[in-house]
Amino acid sequence: MTSRLDPQPLEWLDRSQTLSFEFEGKRYTGFAGDSISSALLACDQTLLGRSFKYHRPRGAVTLANHDVNALFQSGEEPNIRGDVTPLAAGMSLTACNVNGSLAKDKDQIIGKISRFLPVGFYYKAFHKPKKLFPMWEKIIREKAGLGTIDTRWDVRRKAKTYGFCDLLVIGAGASGMQAALSAAEQGLDVVIADENPHIGGSLDYQLVNDTRAASVRTGLKQKVQNHANIRVLPGHLACGWYTDHYVPLLGPDGIIKMRARAVISATGVMEQPAVFRNNDLPGVMMASGAQRLVARYAVKPGQRAVVLTANSEGYRAALDMLKAGIDVTAVIDMGKAGNRGAWADELKTKNVSVLEGHMVYEAKGKQALTGVVVAPFDGSKCDLSKAREIDVDLLLMSVGWAPAAQLLYQAGSRLGYDATLEQILPQELPSGIFACGRLNGAFTLEQRLADGARAGAEAAAFIKGEPLPAALAACRDSEAHSNPWPIVDHPKGKNFVDYDEDLQLKDLVNAAKEGFDNIELMKRFSTVGMGPSQGKHANMNGIRVLAAVTGRTIDQTGSTTARPMFHPVPVQALAGRRFRPERLTALHQWHLDNGAQMMEAGVWMRPEFYGRPEERAQAILREVQAVRTGLGLIDVSTLGKIEVMGPDAGKLLDGAYTMRMSNIKQDMTRYALMVDESGVIVDDGIAARVAEDRFYVSATTSHADATFRTLSRHIVEWGLDVRLVNRTGTLAAMNLAGPHARKLLKPLTDIDLSEENFPYLGFKEGNLCGVPVRLIRVGFVGELGYEIHLPVESAQQVWNTLMEKGAEYGIRPFGVEAQRVLRLEKGHIIVGQDTDGLTNPFEANMPWAVPLKSKPWFTGKPSLALLKERCQRSLRGFMLPQGYSGELPKECHLLIDSGDIAGRITSIAYSPSLGRYIGLAMVDQPLAGSDRLFQVRVESGALVPLEPCATPFYDAEGMRQTVDLTEVA
Amino acid sequence: MKVFDCPVIGRRPINEFDYGGEVRRPPMDADETTWAAYVFNRKGAPGLLREWWYHRPTGRWYVMERDTLKDEVLRFIDLEEVRYDIPA
Repeated sequence: MTSRLDPQPLEWLDRSQTLSFEFEGKRYTGFAGDSISSALLACDQTLLGRSFKYHRPRGAVTLANHDVNALFQSGEEPNIRGDVTPLAAGMSLTACNVNGSLAKDKDQIIGKISRFLPVGFYYKAFHKPKKLFPMWEKIIREKAGLGTIDTRWDVRRKAKTYGFCDLLVIGAGASGMQAALSAAEQGLDVVIADENPHIGGSLDYQLVNDTRAASVRTGLKQKVQNHANIRVLPGHLACGWYTDHYVPLLGPDGIIKMRARAVISATGVMEQPAVFRNNDLPGVMMASGAQRLVARYAVKPGQRAVVLTANSEGYRAALDMLKAGIDVTAVIDMGKAGNRGAWADELKTKNVSVLEGHMVYEAKGKQALTGVVVAPFDGSKCDLSKAREIDVDLLLMSVGWAPAAQLLYQAGSRLGYDATLEQILPQELPSGIFACGRLNGAFTLEQRLADGARAGAEAAAFIKGEPLPAALAACRDSEAHSNPWPIVDHPKGKNFVDYDEDLQLKDLVNAAKEGFDNIELMKRFSTVGMGPSQGKHANMNGIRVLAAVTGRTIDQTGSTTARPMFHPVPVQALAGRRFRPERLTALHQWHLDNGAQMMEAGVWMRPEFYGRPEERAQAILREVQAVRTGLGLIDVSTLGKIEVMGPDAGKLLDGAYTMRMSNIKQDMTRYALMVDESGVIVDDGIAARVAEDRFYVSATTSHADATFRTLSRHIVEWGLDVRLVNRTGTLAAMNLAGPHARKLLKPLTDIDLSEENFPYLGFKEGNLCGVPVRLIRVGFVGELGYEIHLPVESAQQVWNTLMEKGAEYGIRPFGVEAQRVLRLEKGHIIVGQDTDGLTNPFEANMPWAVPLKSKPWFTGKPSLALLKERCQRSLRGFMLPQGYSGELPKECHLLIDSGDIAGRITSIAYSPSLGRYIGLAMVDQPLAGSDRLFQVRVESGALVPLEPCATPFYDAEGMRQTVDLTEVA
Repeated sequence: MKVFDCPVIGRRPINEFDYGGEVRRPPMDADETTWAAYVFNRKGAPGLLREWWYHRPTGRWYVMERDTLKDEVLRFIDLEEVRYDIPA
């Protein structure tokens, strides 16, 4: 650990915990609190990565996740950001994008031929012949790029939590903490979040040695941490801003979805690089990056340094490096040192020479910085006649800042270029959004505190509903902290604007000259700002270059859209836990206890069949036969059940369903078919007349809520006097079906079950097994059947009694699969299976359910009137040929007619009653209306003939469901 | 994600609501072209829109006037205003 400094006053390290780790097979040690990069740098491993395209050597630059030079791979995890990922004991790391070892990357050669690989070269070079492009693409993808994805990943999830606060302050630096305090003092519930593991922001690295900051720092931190109204969330990244101040905060335990009433952005500024030849060599750093390295991790970034500056912060950095024992050879000031303030004055006393009006023209070195060429600079060009070389291993850049305004942009703020500060600043903020600190142009500590207090007060007043006039610009600095053109050209290039994507100055100039002279086009063509750091260190210079080439102002040039997330967010955090509630019927446990295989039906769990999975087919067959020859009982509690009450109940149902409901006789039911305004079938069920002003309506399992919603809306829309009660959850239902149904029920109920009193489609209220029930004579499965609706708490008792007393008739519980077979034999459709998003009742062969003449209105009627004569397809029954033994067609297999698609199978099943495979198919005209055989293409590609036939397949006259066959036999 | 100021139960997140589309009246006795336009066409231009919103937990429908450009709810409409009669 040769570059590790003595303990620093505010360092993040816990020196009592030494962590051992491996990098490229070699053992290293660091401390708890180190990042991967800082631990490696402390061990003098200054080469941290290779660049994306040219495989150039790269080192630490920002230490703030504003660049991605230091990307590592650890096991299955690629692209670990070394600068900000905490070191953990036992890590085994390798470099990303390296051919061989990091130090001896064989792909370095690509850098030598870079002049043949300009931006977009692959679009131009490899587009002909087209068939070779995949080969080139494979090579390019292997040579360029990031870490390796292990496709054998395992599922990891992190829970999400929901958070609420009055005010969310993003950024816990000087202005953010002051803003939080000012708002909390007014009684507001404040949350302050910062992506760093410790609060303090630049107070703790840039101003760590500043005497004025010391007392401010301690006071602010203590007050914020101890304030009853403030929750402090260090280590929480504000990922993005969403409507109504919804900000996901990514912390170590997952995402907190924070809903605030107002947001203060105190996110600070991101230091921007100067652009000169070899400005990417290891040893060339942001001044703030070096300050972070020293203050947070106690690592000495070099031995002998120069500082390139265009602001007072550069002098502060020079002082800090001196204090860390670094020999600061010179400060190269792009402007005049005279107006750099107290820090510049202090530096004068340290015998450090200052070169005014100079710029770094070129950095020297192969694998790391060995020297810099400096020369007088007139704002665009260097005077090379007066160039001189200085031998250094560290160059700090302090030439300007870009606002971390991503969340402000996302919220719809207007930002513009401020010529005084040479920085983009917020100009107009949306309702509930506030900004303060360096992001807002307040640079001195006094300005930052005042600006924080102002924003806190404005936010508090806004939340209390007594908004203050915005004084956004009140605390801004009056001098520039950024240089408008920290860029110098070089005939040999390698002056990088974007480190992520290896973009040189000429790449952007050429892109603009080729016509990509709009900022969004330039971004997409050159990929500036599209790398993993998303332009955090590149966009500002990119805009400056484009503005200069096109002769436009910065504002005219604009900036690209800032989309969430601010930093990458792991998918495991975005995914959260799987949250899918399941509804269970009152009989669920009985089903499980009796061997039911459960399946999802909408939000419900239903028995698919009863029996072991391996005997599925036989089990379904047994259940079908029980219903046909003895008795079956199915849990249909999942049906939608709606009570419709009031004087206008009939009018509501008449308008909402195709058939007339207002004239249903007392104690009778009618098929209820619902279509939408375009005439498409959306739901079906039955409507029962309970009383003059009262109906009971059922709906399909998956559409129950939607039907309730539709009926509710019609009540409002049509001004009806009706009340609805959704009883889906409070009532259970079961269907007792089979030739012996009546015999079983008779001794158990006080309802007169005789055919005269209780015919097919009848409805009765009474008692069954001593429980109040509603009975409905239904025929969905094609046998004598009674649907029993009853309170959920009595369902188990009645079910048990029926199973027990039904034993002598061979009663069996049956599941959804048997019911599908049974109804298919009857040719009854299932809405959503045999119909799709375009099916109208005529196509589904239900013209009898569309009374166009006798009803003046129902939803969808005008559409159906137009569609009646224009049916382009029709639901048809079919059978597989007798004795067919080949590959079985499945649902959704396509019918083929003369080589074209002519429909699809919607249902197919083996019918035990017929001893053949039967099904329904939605068939296009004219095939549907012909007598020709259908042909269906099965999975193997073979065509299988289908014999069209009439439906129902079974008991076409419906004898079995209307009368008790055991009585007529 | 948005928050609505529901007139009955106060601020609720939008995921408690179902969108019911623009408030429209079916043109009774319309010709085919008018009817087809009613069924299939919707105004997409930004501006003031009266929309149906259904609050699932309370089972209530609301009509809100929304500025779709700014995505701001301006007011709740008295349901009497959107009522129409259907032919009986």
